[in-house]
Amino acid sequence: MPMQTVKMVITGPFSAGKTEFIRSISEIDVVTTDEGISPESAEYGTKEQTTVAMDFGRITVDDDLVLYLFGTPGQRRFDFMWEILAEGMLGFVVMVDSAKPETFREAKSILETFRAYAPTPYVVAANKQDHPEAWVPDDLRIALRIDEHIKLLPCVATEKESVKNVLLELLYSILEEMDS
Amino acid sequence: MALKGNLADFSTTQILNLISLARKTGTLRVYAPVETNEMITDGAGNKRKKIVPGKERATAAFREGRLILAAMGEQDGHLANVLHKAGKLNAEQARVIRERGAKYSDKALALMLINANYVTQADVVRSIQQHTLDIVFDLMLWSKEPFVFEENVLPSPERITVPIDLKNVIIEGTRRAQEVRPLEEELPNLDMALKFPDTPGDKFRGIHLSVEEWRVVSFINPKNSIRQVAKACNMTDTEIRRVVYGLLQAGLVELVRPPGMQPPPAKAATGARRSTLQAPAVKRSVVERLIAKIKET
Repeated sequence: MPMQTVKMVITGPFSAGKTEFIRSISEIDVVTTDEGISPESAEYGTKEQTTVAMDFGRITVDDDLVLYLFGTPGQRRFDFMWEILAEGMLGFVVMVDSAKPETFREAKSILETFRAYAPTPYVVAANKQDHPEAWVPDDLRIALRIDEHIKLLPCVATEKESVKNVLLELLYSILEEMDS
Repeated sequence: MALKGNLADFSTTQILNLISLARKTGTLRVYAPVETNEMITDGAGNKRKKIVPGKERATAAFREGRLILAAMGEQDGHLANVLHKAGKLNAEQARVIRERGAKYSDKALALMLINANYVTQADVVRSIQQHTLDIVFDLMLWSKEPFVFEENVLPSPERITVPIDLKNVIIEGTRRAQEVRPLEEELPNLDMALKFPDTPGDKFRGIHLSVEEWRVVSFINPKNSIRQVAKACNMTDTEIRRVVYGLLQAGLVELVRPPGMQPPPAKAATGARRSTLQAPAVKRSVVERLIAKIKET
């Protein structure tokens, strides 16, 4: 039987936690295309590496079904990759750093961009909910103007159970979409 | 949990809207911006200097989503000064009351002034309301100050508070704001249409709209683009943006894509392909197997 692959995209602003999200659930070491951040770079000091093309994780269901998780680069200068990564996706997760309001506008912009790429279901993950300055999901929903019918889920990308919950909710949304 | 941020990223209007919609109770504190040499990145990876809170510049208190009191850092919010500013007391009266009434709370002082026929209760309420509004309208023009919203922190019970519906404040504050660029950022596409929320009656109750705003409201229909409404109302792009932005911020209308309009082009992608990608044809059983697998992972 031929192998079927299913693809989901994890997107969001710079440093929202996309790589960590994939790392927490992937059965393989995440294949990253990171580059070190030079001292001249805007991101220097915020994290050691940044994704330049994509992150790639995998969950094998059985011999004939595999789920691929693709993480997009957060920086605008690598946004040419977004549409390529969006092609054929079953759904997508928009990661938001709940403790960084300076990234909310970009998160909303990315969400709208991916919605325009394909009419697939999506969920919003309010990441870093363990941070003391994190905005609660209800406030984030208003701040990002997310419709009531879109799932906005609390998330800690470093915790596997939290990541599982986000992916499951996305899959439930996909099922609901199939039923409608 | 406190909401923290900077007005450059999350404007006063957006904060007021959040407080109104979430019916929050608490105190908003806004601080003078102090620029540091530390660099931070926004969500797009752009570099900018980190701004930290300096001296407190203004506070505004809210109860269940309604504005109840505001104070400007350097101003003395003493009741005598508020009544003097409103023209209810002359300078000499205000000075004497400030000196002799220093030990009294606002409520006790107001009672004495009313009993002594200096002012009426309505004078006190209107003066505090106007004082509060003036401060918040001023606050709505600030654009780079750090802020924090402290949940469930309220002024002393001895202070006189006057509940004010935030939707009217947002609309009026937006009317006063003249910045065009942020409006274009907030409302870049005039080919979008507008619709009323599911329960418009509740939201419009008690709202004071200008004639100009009512004219726009009368044309709201998902079939009419904002551009068409502007034409019907004889408004420029800037004028219609200002009105629609105010209505949107107050939650009185919602943006919708008019029938037949294509999804907006993805501004991120710089390649030639702009078309909507097709979702893959996946069977229900495949999704159910994925769910089962992730549950057991």
